[in-house]
Amino acid sequence: MSIGVAHLSCREMVELVTAYLEGALPLGDRMRFENHLTACDGCTMYLEQMRRTIELTGTLRVDDVSPEALAKVMHAFRDWQVE
Amino acid sequence: MEHATDEQLVERLRARDEAAFEELVHRYNAPLLRFARQFVPTASLAEDVVADTWLGVLRGIDRFEGRSSLKTWIFRILANTAKTRGQREGRSVPFSAFEEGEAPFEPAVDRGRFLGSGSWGAPPRGWPEDRLLRDETRAVIEQAIADLPPTQRMVVSLRDVEGWSADEVRNALELSETNQRVLLHRGRAKVRLALEEYLMEDT
Repeated sequence: MSIGVAHLSCREMVELVTAYLEGALPLGDRMRFENHLTACDGCTMYLEQMRRTIELTGTLRVDDVSPEALAKVMHAFRDWQVE
Repeated sequence: MEHATDEQLVERLRARDEAAFEELVHRYNAPLLRFARQFVPTASLAEDVVADTWLGVLRGIDRFEGRSSLKTWIFRILANTAKTRGQREGRSVPFSAFEEGEAPFEPAVDRGRFLGSGSWGAPPRGWPEDRLLRDETRAVIEQAIADLPPTQRMVVSLRDVEGWSADEVRNALELSETNQRVLLHRGRAKVRLALEEYLMEDT
């Protein structure tokens, strides 16, 4: 194996996607990753779909609390307030 | 909207300020509920766990030292409450699952999709944008996350649903940097695959 000039296969690329998106790849690997992307439609598509997946997953977040649950918790608060 | 800082909220809570507590409940009740569901079998048990967590927050606030963020501290109380509850109910995520260890390698993409050379044999094809935005697609994602192994599910829920940072997740779940990333990667890869199977099923 020739370290340094080793080129990444698609099979290796897909394992590095999260590290790439997290900015956790060492410089050399990041350059190999980006080089591969410029020449590979399959990996470009895979990366794009991972990005879409993350984005769509984020739409599941709902940040409200039901009035009943809030009333119950606030009731507990008032009990605690006078403890 | 301007958010009060942790320090301000803690100080106001210690002064028994009701509005401060209400703000905290608005901020964290929904994510706490979702998080609690990972430990206990029913939605109603999860609600109990969250209610107990809020009591724990009130009872502990005078002793909160600010060594972790308020959010991390609250989620730790939840994890402890839920763990006790889950054990009693006969379902809990074994916390040993979070311990460091060699998990067997799981490829992000089925090996059969690559040629012997490691290049794509069956590369991913473009997704139909119009279907991506349907409610049904969100339900597919929700189900895919529910089907993940517990530790992957927690990491994906906190990172990608709740939008926590890698460090916040590592601290809350006591994971190493590498483990956090590996769990996230495997979980995301499975959610992507579920989307692909759903979106491409009749093409």
